[in-house]
Amino acid sequence: MRRSLIFDSTVRLVFDLAMVLSAYMLFAGHNQPGGGFVGGLVAGAAIALRFLMGDLRDVIGVVRFKPWTPLAVGLALAAGTSIWTVATGSEPLDHGAREFDVWGIGAVKVTTATVFDAGVYCIVVGLVLMILEAFADEIEPADDGEPGEVRR
Amino acid sequence: MNALIGLPIILPLLGAAASIALGAHRPLQRLISIGVLATLTATTAVTLVRVDRNGITAVQVGGWEAPTGISLVADRLSVVLLLTALVTLFAVLVYAVGQGSFDQPGSEARHVGFHPLYLILTAGVSFAFLTGDLFNLFVAFEVMLMASYALLTLGGRADQVRSGMTYVVISLIASTLFLAALAYVYAATGTVNMADLHDKIAALPAGLRSSLAVLLIVVFGIKAAIFPLFFWLPDSYPTAPTAITAVFAGLLTKIGVYTMIRTQTVMFTPATRPGTLLLVVAGATMVVGVLGAVAQNEIKRLLSFHIVSQIGYMVMGLGLFTVAGVAGAIIFTVHQILVKTSLFLVGGIIEEKAGTGRLARLGGLARTEPLLAVLFLLPALSLAGIPPLSGFVGKLALVDAGLDDRAYVVVGVSLVVSLLTLYSMTKIWAGAFWGTRSEGASDLPPAKGTTGTAIMTSATAALVSVTVAIAVFAGPLHELSTRAAADLVDPTPYIEAVLGR
Repeated sequence: MRRSLIFDSTVRLVFDLAMVLSAYMLFAGHNQPGGGFVGGLVAGAAIALRFLMGDLRDVIGVVRFKPWTPLAVGLALAAGTSIWTVATGSEPLDHGAREFDVWGIGAVKVTTATVFDAGVYCIVVGLVLMILEAFADEIEPADDGEPGEVRR
Repeated sequence: MNALIGLPIILPLLGAAASIALGAHRPLQRLISIGVLATLTATTAVTLVRVDRNGITAVQVGGWEAPTGISLVADRLSVVLLLTALVTLFAVLVYAVGQGSFDQPGSEARHVGFHPLYLILTAGVSFAFLTGDLFNLFVAFEVMLMASYALLTLGGRADQVRSGMTYVVISLIASTLFLAALAYVYAATGTVNMADLHDKIAALPAGLRSSLAVLLIVVFGIKAAIFPLFFWLPDSYPTAPTAITAVFAGLLTKIGVYTMIRTQTVMFTPATRPGTLLLVVAGATMVVGVLGAVAQNEIKRLLSFHIVSQIGYMVMGLGLFTVAGVAGAIIFTVHQILVKTSLFLVGGIIEEKAGTGRLARLGGLARTEPLLAVLFLLPALSLAGIPPLSGFVGKLALVDAGLDDRAYVVVGVSLVVSLLTLYSMTKIWAGAFWGTRSEGASDLPPAKGTTGTAIMTSATAALVSVTVAIAVFAGPLHELSTRAAADLVDPTPYIEAVLGR
């Protein structure tokens, strides 16, 4: 497979930045634009770039889990945080917030909505991984032939 | 106890999460799915008793008050239909586990995704029944559709994907229209809470009001497969594994009917409801559906056309917009969900045992499979409306309501269609159960997998006995539906419960 040096180097650079951006969006989403879904989409786009680069297997290999694990974890987190409030006697999807004083950072506000958002984030990432893996199964390495040529 | 209302939506999602994580252990997946559905059936039965006793219960999700936040509303209509749906989903799940022992592409045993998807479908169905908010109704439909796209094509066969495509395209069109309708509603009134919409839509100009009503009828009419929007149904359902077809045929179209009943009554004031339009559509749906059914020669396709025909009866009850009419529509919907699902399940067992669903190649099952013959005959006669079965109860309520309202034409049409229904049911009966096995059938493999068929047969028998129970408890059920219908024809209690006035 002919690989483009420019594309590969750009993706390596962009991937890390995009993952940091997606984490920022996940946490910023409580009061600003962003949130679990948008953050997950950014992370998904970054992973899709790695897929285009041809080393999706490396990504999945490094984190050592099946692509559906984040899907299950995310669904459990999101559904769990929406129902656990019922056990304490309030409405489903109700949320709580608490401020902690973390040394060196200052006051950090932790909300259960962030846990819910983290669940959504995991679901989106898991879904992207599953879709890409399904595509990857279909693609055979095109060792010979010009780019864009259809193998017969 | 309001906690129980959100449970049918969230518990299946938690179950799905666990089921995905346990993908490699099929027995554990089965245990989770059966556990979740059994729990929900029990809690929903409790909710039904409570709602019937204490009146409509609304839960404001996240503690945000009604027109701003999202409301989950349990009234008699939604809980009765939710309970029916959960019983059906439960029976079909057990059936699917039994069928899993057969080597069929896309069946429960062959694919890790079956149980998670089935649970997500359950969550979507519950959400559609419980939400009191038009936008979340859209979300519920999407949850249901996502799961159903995957379930329809789980086997990955070419014909499944082809008919799956029809289903996806038609559902996308319906969803787009729904979203457009939502945008219009929101632009005109500034709210999507159905209780809040009742007064706000009444204040709109008449032309705008009726366009919104008709747009919503078109959207839900596609889901419910009413005339002339039914064309997609007979092509997309019959190719999936039987259990899936049974759920889709029995349940998903009826959710379209439920949303039609819900939106047309709660959102619109009595003077602005499109009664005549619905009655005309109802009559046409009955006739076209049954004529399509008479022309078919294959069990699942014949039953698929019947779905269309029977939807007409429910729309007729709604179109009358009287307490008796809507009550009839509710009884008929409950009866249809159970009866239609059982018929598809019996059709599946026939295909499993005889190796084909083509009537020309079947025959003599009444002698070889007497139990199966009984399991087919009861829902088939019920579908045609023979007393004392559940279909008779539903049709009697509808005809009675129609005569009260002097809607003689549609009542006449519904009676003629009943006769044609009976004719097409006897066609299956004569083709599959009487006579002798035709030429070419003898080389097919004989019945196999006795444990599997035993599970399938008992799940079907359980569902059939529920339909018989409906006929036995017709009196209390009719009273319950009348109370439910009274809250719909004059939705003041619903609005008070949701908006907390």
